[in-house]
Amino acid sequence: MNLIVSSIGQGLLWALLGLGLYLTFRILDFADMTVEGTFPLGAATAVTAISNGINPFLATLLAIGAGMIAGLITGLLYTKGKIPSLLAGILTMTAIYSVDLRIMGKSNISLLGKPTLFNGNFLQQLPQFFDSVSVGLIVIIIVTVLMMLFLATDYGQGFIATGDNPTMAKSLGIHTDSMINVGLMVSNGMVALCGALVAQSNGYADVNMGIGTIVIALASIIIGEVAFGDLTLNQRLVAVTLGSIIYRLILLAVLQLGFSANDLNLISSVVLAICMMLPQLEKVVHLRKPIMKGVQPHE
Amino acid sequence: MNKPILELKNVKTVVNKGTANETTILKGINLKINEGDFITIVGTNGAGKSTLFNVIGGNLQADSGQILHNGKDITHSTEEQRTTFLARVFQDPKLGTAPRMTVAENMLLAIKRGEKRHLVLRKLKQNMERFTKLAATMNNGLENRMTTATGALSGGQRQALSFLMATLKRPDILLLDEHTAALDPHTSLNLLHATNERINQDHLTALMITHHLEDALTYGNRLIVLKDGQVKADFKGEEKESLTTEKLYTYFED
Ligand SMILES: Nc1ncnc2c1ncn2[C@@H]1O[C@H](COP(=O)(O)OP(=O)(O)OP(=O)(O)O)[C@@H](O)[C@H]1O
Ligand SMILES: [Mg+2]
Repeated sequence: MNLIVSSIGQGLLWALLGLGLYLTFRILDFADMTVEGTFPLGAATAVTAISNGINPFLATLLAIGAGMIAGLITGLLYTKGKIPSLLAGILTMTAIYSVDLRIMGKSNISLLGKPTLFNGNFLQQLPQFFDSVSVGLIVIIIVTVLMMLFLATDYGQGFIATGDNPTMAKSLGIHTDSMINVGLMVSNGMVALCGALVAQSNGYADVNMGIGTIVIALASIIIGEVAFGDLTLNQRLVAVTLGSIIYRLILLAVLQLGFSANDLNLISSVVLAICMMLPQLEKVVHLRKPIMKGVQPHE
Repeated sequence: MNKPILELKNVKTVVNKGTANETTILKGINLKINEGDFITIVGTNGAGKSTLFNVIGGNLQADSGQILHNGKDITHSTEEQRTTFLARVFQDPKLGTAPRMTVAENMLLAIKRGEKRHLVLRKLKQNMERFTKLAATMNNGLENRMTTATGALSGGQRQALSFLMATLKRPDILLLDEHTAALDPHTSLNLLHATNERINQDHLTALMITHHLEDALTYGNRLIVLKDGQVKADFKGEEKESLTTEKLYTYFED
């Protein structure tokens, strides 16, 4: 029971990653690799800030800001520097690794004995593991509702059109370059928030904690889409969170089968690769297009 | 004599500058387009017709010369800026609509062509009735597909929608680049009729590229022959009325 509650809590927290990637990979058709760096960046920023006595809430906001800057850098490399999107993301991601080490001063920082968003007075009274469920649920509800509202605005519709058909979007006067920059900022802000929350929930930040984040996020997006079939955009956003929870429950089952936590990246990649190779599934997975686009420079 | 709504003065464009493949595509275009002109444009493949549209639309910059909109120099304004007064329909039905958005959502995008888009709710429902009525004017069942993603429409319906979207918010200049070329003869004729009707009713200023000489003669009040990056002939009014396909055809021989 405890393990299941803990998995649901993890699923809720990690769902932010899926939602962030939904904006880039799905809506903007932009294969953004930055997130592998933004996730630990969010963790490093928040944890370092907290260990320097900054209030956890403010530390989390700082993490979001750091993530947004990283997203903007990738965006500018792509839109202004005309570097293909995959490479632009990889450049930023690689650079962030050094930045993380600068921020933390070492490769690993523990939050032992420090305040976090998860040990407020109210949360302490909850049974074990319900703290991450509560925080995760609150954050996910706020983020999902904000995303739904954003996408239903005139601006948000222009954002969707930018990913859907940039030629048409431009011919209607939509500033596609600034849409891409804003999308990357918001997406990476969300991923950094995810990193900050996961680090506080785990009690530490590690420079290597970003490895595999893209695969994990894509897996939750795809699980949500496969499990719930034909959905409206708003329903799809909810499905990402449900997919993330299902993903964590699957991992739990896999661990029960005797695999070790170290095998998780291998298993996740194999599952995603199989999904991409099956033609019927690739329609749902829909990754070929953003990735093929990702090697083209911006015209 | 009224002032031209759009004027091109000795416009030249060069591609692949500084490489061995450097070529001048438009070799000094001079053109005055008056308000209410409906100009059909013909010319051989590679004559530079689409390039001319790209230069007018701003997704290709002129390398020399000047472009004036109502007397104002727009030679260096961006594609996005020009959408405030200019709308276009592309040849490829896929280019004109957002496939994952519905017919109504696409129309909603188009009524704000060239406007700043704000963080305010989109108000789709309030516009639904008006959009449905407009869609019905295309006579191809579009009005029954308002909530369908445009990716699921036929090419003809998509192209009709693209045309509708281009005219939803009145443009000063409408550019149609072989917009019926990808459609079957019947659907193509339907859209041409609808195009002609809308342009005449709303007194739009339009440029239409076509490879069908009969269409070029039937529609519009003016006909331009483009050849090798230059305006080879410009027939107006009576002159155009008395033009024949045979005569026009001679411009395609060399
Ligand atoms: N970006 C570019 N780089 C190099 N050459 C180009 C470019 N754009 C157009 N051209 C060349 O310029 C010439 C004119 O092209 P354009 O597309 O304007 O012709 P067109 O009159 O529209 O022809 P069609 O009837 O086939 O549509 C062609 O020879 C084309 O290959
Ligand atoms: Mg052409």
